[in-house]
Amino acid sequence: MQLHPMPEFGSFTLLLALALSFYTLLMGGVALWRTRGVAAGVDRQGDRLGETARRAGIASFVVVSCAAFALVWASFTNDFSVSYILHHTNRDLNTAYKFSALWSGQEGSLLLWAWLLSAYGFVLRIRNKVDVRLTAYASTILAGVQVFFLMLLNFAAPPFAIEPGPRALDGFGLNPLLQYPEMVIHPPMLYLGYVGFSVPFAFALGALMMRYPGEKWIHITRRWTMVTWLFLTCGIFLGAHWAYSVLGWGGYWGWDPVENASLMPWLTGTAFLHSVMMQEKRGMMKSWNVWLIFSTFLLTILGTLLTRSGLVSSVHAFAQSSIGNWFYGFILIVFAVCLFTFFRQRDHLKSENRLESLVSRESSFLFNNLILLAACFTVLWGTLFPVLSEYVQGTKVTMGAPFYNRVNLPIGLFLLFLTGIGPLLAWRSTSLRSIRRNFVLPGIAMALALVVLIAVGVRPWAAGDDWQSNLFSLVTFTLAAGVITAIASEFLRGASVVATQTGKNLLASTVLLVRRNTRRYGGYIVHFGIVVMFIGIAGGAFNQSHEQEMGFGDTMTLGPYRLVCQSFTQDSKPEFDTEYALLDVYKGQKKLTQLAPEKRIYFPNTDHAQPSTMVALRSTLANDLYVIYEGRDVDTDKPIIKVFLNPLMNWIWIGVLIVVAGTVLALVPSLTRAPVRIAVAEPSMAEAAIHHA
Amino acid sequence: MLRRWLSAVVVCLLAVVMLGADPSSRFNRIGHQMMCACGCGQILLECNHVGCPDSDRMIGELRGQIAGGGSDTAIMNWFAAKYGATILAAPIRGGFDNVAWIAPMAVFLLATVGVGFLIWAWKQRGGGGPGSSSGGGGLGVMEDSELRDRIRRETVY
Repeated sequence: MQLHPMPEFGSFTLLLALALSFYTLLMGGVALWRTRGVAAGVDRQGDRLGETARRAGIASFVVVSCAAFALVWASFTNDFSVSYILHHTNRDLNTAYKFSALWSGQEGSLLLWAWLLSAYGFVLRIRNKVDVRLTAYASTILAGVQVFFLMLLNFAAPPFAIEPGPRALDGFGLNPLLQYPEMVIHPPMLYLGYVGFSVPFAFALGALMMRYPGEKWIHITRRWTMVTWLFLTCGIFLGAHWAYSVLGWGGYWGWDPVENASLMPWLTGTAFLHSVMMQEKRGMMKSWNVWLIFSTFLLTILGTLLTRSGLVSSVHAFAQSSIGNWFYGFILIVFAVCLFTFFRQRDHLKSENRLESLVSRESSFLFNNLILLAACFTVLWGTLFPVLSEYVQGTKVTMGAPFYNRVNLPIGLFLLFLTGIGPLLAWRSTSLRSIRRNFVLPGIAMALALVVLIAVGVRPWAAGDDWQSNLFSLVTFTLAAGVITAIASEFLRGASVVATQTGKNLLASTVLLVRRNTRRYGGYIVHFGIVVMFIGIAGGAFNQSHEQEMGFGDTMTLGPYRLVCQSFTQDSKPEFDTEYALLDVYKGQKKLTQLAPEKRIYFPNTDHAQPSTMVALRSTLANDLYVIYEGRDVDTDKPIIKVFLNPLMNWIWIGVLIVVAGTVLALVPSLTRAPVRIAVAEPSMAEAAIHHA
Repeated sequence: MLRRWLSAVVVCLLAVVMLGADPSSRFNRIGHQMMCACGCGQILLECNHVGCPDSDRMIGELRGQIAGGGSDTAIMNWFAAKYGATILAAPIRGGFDNVAWIAPMAVFLLATVGVGFLIWAWKQRGGGGPGSSSGGGGLGVMEDSELRDRIRRETVY
């Protein structure tokens, strides 16, 4: 009988983690029930029970970490007795990819999910002093989520399952498409985002369950939500960049169900980040916010379901499995708990203020939420419509890019418009004078941009069949000019006031201005980043492509570039066969660079032979020259080269970096702190009063 | 007279649009509204598989159909009849397919009307100036520091 000490250790730790999480859930719940309505310290036994639940939660992090370590260890030691390691690694895989094998398959990625959740729970539980009782509620709810994932790992998708028969000498290897540096960080980023939304969800549900007075819980969860949103943003765009750099079809977003699954919680999370400000500042939209964060969490679970259940066809999805039924059950339970709690406590969610004017910051947030949720609904609808169509018509349909682009385009433009005007409106009500003062400069900038754009040739009426994409670009560029001017004038206006007050120069005043209110100006920078991304996306209207056979000395011209084929050849490496061409790139008479587009066939002598495109890319701020080696013509034996000229692509990635910088800035504490709505009584005392009443 | 001018403008616009159309951009547009039949899940003109068994043939068929002078709809229908409905990158066959397009617009419109109604209802219920705030109490009973805090909270971004 073979011994498998490490896999057995991993299995044991997963079982122990399940027991600890279950204890946290059960005893945490009992302790909260026992101590409901009494102030801290009155029911000492209840408090002690709650403390044991908290410590069990902390211990579960250590134990799940051991399980994750055991799987990574098995990967590094080539333990092919473990089925997961056999199917996702091999001996030749380099160190980084051996590590990333942890999340390259279904079982491993579920383990990553459970580990991240336990890590978030660990941080939450050791920081419980921020509000002991609210944290106890959140900890118990998180333990409930953790129990679900650990049950999956123990009973439905065990990562340490032993492969029957003798131990294999080598593994099947990692999918070559995943052997790319970004793939080492893209999934963890995405999962940090997905899993992270469990924390604000747990706080929101806990605050509702305990009828938490005031809006302090929003203040507590603001950082959690922003960090989570930041991770999800990075994860989504790392995935887009990977698709652009690796898949070789010239684009970065294919509206695949799995891509959509990551976009939906991002949209509702973005809506939550905006609308929660209305609750924080004015005590409005409480029910709305609660449902926004509930929906965001449910969408993260739905996204996980979509990737694993085989419900919709996707090139990304993990293999179909019965694991989907577990997710259906979990989603139903979570939804039922949310609905029950909401109806039970809905009188606690009454708005403290009313909207006073249509032209106000509040109404701009309302419309912002409307737009973001409309976009989310469109994506969800498009993702699930093939299933609905099959049910109604008996035939599936495809919901590809043409559907999403057409429906989301007007929504996106409206969002861009709101990005610019929202921050210019005052809370409560905006006077006509203020509107005139704030909108003159952006209006002039838009008019100027429109004239310049038409003058340089962005003319939808002359674009033939491409008039729609040209029109979209014209409107986007024009709006972008207005929004950027609006943001810049906000900085300038604030800095001028600070300069007058302090006598500092404009640059120093701007820095001081930003430090005084990092949240506001960080937000502006995020908006600026979004505008830059929109400019990059709009550049797609002017994409060009050309495909031709290119033998030695052959030339291809696309836009300002001329490509000359210097040579083409093929080679064999241990892991793959390769074909590539060497192309000199000229602009005018000047040689700019040499590109080497390549096509690899991984595992050529096995049943798993898999082609992979190695894109050759010359990237500038103005455009990307994107060259792919498509294969060889069977008759002429010459390589077929496809070239894309993608204008403004870099603006998308730069926009993302600006969004990241703005979000990080908004996370930095301001020099002056805005007050938070806090009820007069402390939470536990207020709760006691409620129950005693 | 006005009607005549408008007609002239419409004719000129149409002429500009129609004159701008060229076969290559039409090929590009239609080719981006169909999927490759090989099962890669990619748009026909974006399928880049080595030795893809379908894309070259389909692209040839598309060129042939465009050269044959068929309308966009006729070409799409031809492909849908030959390869099945999933060959179209978006549902455009009419009937239940229309629901795919109508639902997002309907939801968006309903939501817009809903938000409009919400704003109207809130305004009808008495505006909600400081005095009507149930959480903060009236201005008259507020301490100076409390009032300052509230003003800051409600005006700072």
